[in-house]
Amino acid sequence: MTVIMKIITTLSDEIFFNLIREERYLYFVKGLGISVQLTLYAAFIGGAIGLMVALARLTNNKVLNYLAGKYVDIIRGTPVVVQLLIIYFAVFASTGLHRVTVASIAFGINSGAYVAELIRAGIQAVDKGQLEAARSLGLSYPQSMYYIIIPQAIKNILPGMGNEVISLWKETAIAGFIGLEDLMRGAEIVRGRTFSNYTPYLVIAFIYLYITVLMTMTLGKLERRLRKSD
Amino acid sequence: MIKVVDLYKSFGALEVLKGISNEIHKGEVVCVIGPSGSGKSTFLRCLNLLEQPTSGDVYVDDVSLTQLGKDINKLRQKVGMVFQQFNLFPHMTVMENITLAPIKLKGMSVEQAREKAVILLRKVGLPDKDNEYPNKLSGGQKQRVAIARALAMDPEIMLFDEPTSALDPEMVGEVLSVMKQLVVEGMTMVVVTHEMGFAREVGDRILFMDEGLIAEENTPAELFGNPKNERTQSFLSKVL
Ligand SMILES: Nc1ncnc2c1ncn2[C@@H]1O[C@H](COP(=O)(O)OP(=O)(O)O)[C@@H](O)[C@H]1O
Ligand SMILES: [Mg+2]
Repeated sequence: MTVIMKIITTLSDEIFFNLIREERYLYFVKGLGISVQLTLYAAFIGGAIGLMVALARLTNNKVLNYLAGKYVDIIRGTPVVVQLLIIYFAVFASTGLHRVTVASIAFGINSGAYVAELIRAGIQAVDKGQLEAARSLGLSYPQSMYYIIIPQAIKNILPGMGNEVISLWKETAIAGFIGLEDLMRGAEIVRGRTFSNYTPYLVIAFIYLYITVLMTMTLGKLERRLRKSD
Repeated sequence: MIKVVDLYKSFGALEVLKGISNEIHKGEVVCVIGPSGSGKSTFLRCLNLLEQPTSGDVYVDDVSLTQLGKDINKLRQKVGMVFQQFNLFPHMTVMENITLAPIKLKGMSVEQAREKAVILLRKVGLPDKDNEYPNKLSGGQKQRVAIARALAMDPEIMLFDEPTSALDPEMVGEVLSVMKQLVVEGMTMVVVTHEMGFAREVGDRILFMDEGLIAEENTPAELFGNPKNERTQSFLSKVL
C-alpha cells in the first residue's frame, strides 16, 4: 500500500511541478504550436522543391540533371542539424527573417531532397508505354506528365510522402538549435525550472507519439481509399 | 504520304536499323513481318518519332520529322498508333481515354468529343463500355478502345505494332475485324503483325524485315506464294 501511495504522490507532484505550477503547461502548448507550424510549412516547401527537383532529374537537360543530382547528394549526405545551422547563420543571419520561416525553409530544403527521390521513383515506376501512348496522340511532354503520368505516380508516391511528413515532424525537434521554442525546447525550459530528471521528456515523447499515430492512421485511411479506386 | 530515306537507328553500340528506305502511299495497307528482334517495332516507332533516327529521315506529307523540333506534337496528331500492350490510361474511363486528346489538342468541346467517342465506340463494337475503367475490360476490348482512342484524333495514317500479339487466341478475331473495317474505309495503315492470314488478306504490300533491313518486299501473293529471298523462305516455312 505505502509503495503505491508513494508512487502516486510522486507522480502527482511531478505533474504539478512540470505542468501546472506557474502555468508551465503553456511551454508545451506553445512548443506544440511551433513544431506543428514547422512541420506543415516544411512539408509544403519540401513538396514544391521535391517536385521541381524530380522533374529536373527526369528531363534530358544535362545541366538541370547535374544540379538536381548534386542537390540530392549533398542534402542526403549531411546531417540535417548541420544544414539548419548553416542555413540559419550563413544564409539568413543578416536578413532578419523570422526564425520559424528560416527553420521551415531549412527543413523544407532538407525534405525536398527525399521527396524528390520519392517522386522520381514514383514517376519511373509508371509503365513506359503510358508516356508513349500519350505522346503518340500528340500530347506534349508537360501535358503527358500532367494528365497521364503524375496522376498515376501519385498512387506510388503517397505512402512515402506520408512517411516523409512523419519523419519531418520528429526532425523538427532540433529547431531549438537556432533558438526556436518548439516542443523539445519547451521541455528543456521546464526541466531547467523544475529540475525533474525526465518528466518533461516523457510529456513530449507522449505528444510526439500521439501525433505520429494520428498521422499514421490518416495515411492508412487515404491509402485504402486510393486502392479502392483501382 | 510517308517517305523513309536511308534510315539508321542504333541503341548504343547495337545497330538495329541499317538503312531502310521506303514509301507508303495514301490509302495503302503495308504489313511488316519478320523474326523477333529484326527491328520491326523500332522502324514503326521511327515513323512518329517515338524513336529518334540515328541518321536518315522520315517525311510525313513531305515534312521532315527530324527537322520539326516542338512541332512534332502537331504532326503526331496525324499519325495514330496502336501498341501491343494497349497502353490505355488506367486512371481514366474509356470515355476519358478517347476524349482527352481531342479536347486538349483539337479544341473540341466536351460534348463534341463525347459524341464522337460514342460513334467510335459503336464502330469498334463497344457501345456500352464508355463508363468502364480499362482494368474491367478483356484484352480484345482494351485493344478496340485503343483503336478508338487513336481514331478520335482523325489520323491520316494508323500504325499498329503487333496489335493482337498480347491477346488470348479467342480475342484476336474481334480486333482484326475492326482493323479490316478500317481497311475497307480506305485508312492508310502500317501493320507489324504475326497474323500471316491477315497480312495476306488485307495487305497491299508486305515488307519482310530481317536484321535491320527490308530483306524483301512484294505483294502478298508474290511474297507468300513465291518468296525470292532465302531468309524469307526460311521465315515463312517456320510461321506458316
Ligand atoms: N530502347 C531500346 N534500347 C536498347 N535496345 C533496344 C531498344 N528498343 C529495341 N532494342 C533492341 O533492338 C532490337 C530490335 O528490336 P525491335 O525493333 O523491338 O524488334 P522487333 O519488333 O522486330 O521484335 C532488339 O535487339 C531490341 O533488344
Ligand atoms: Mg516488336
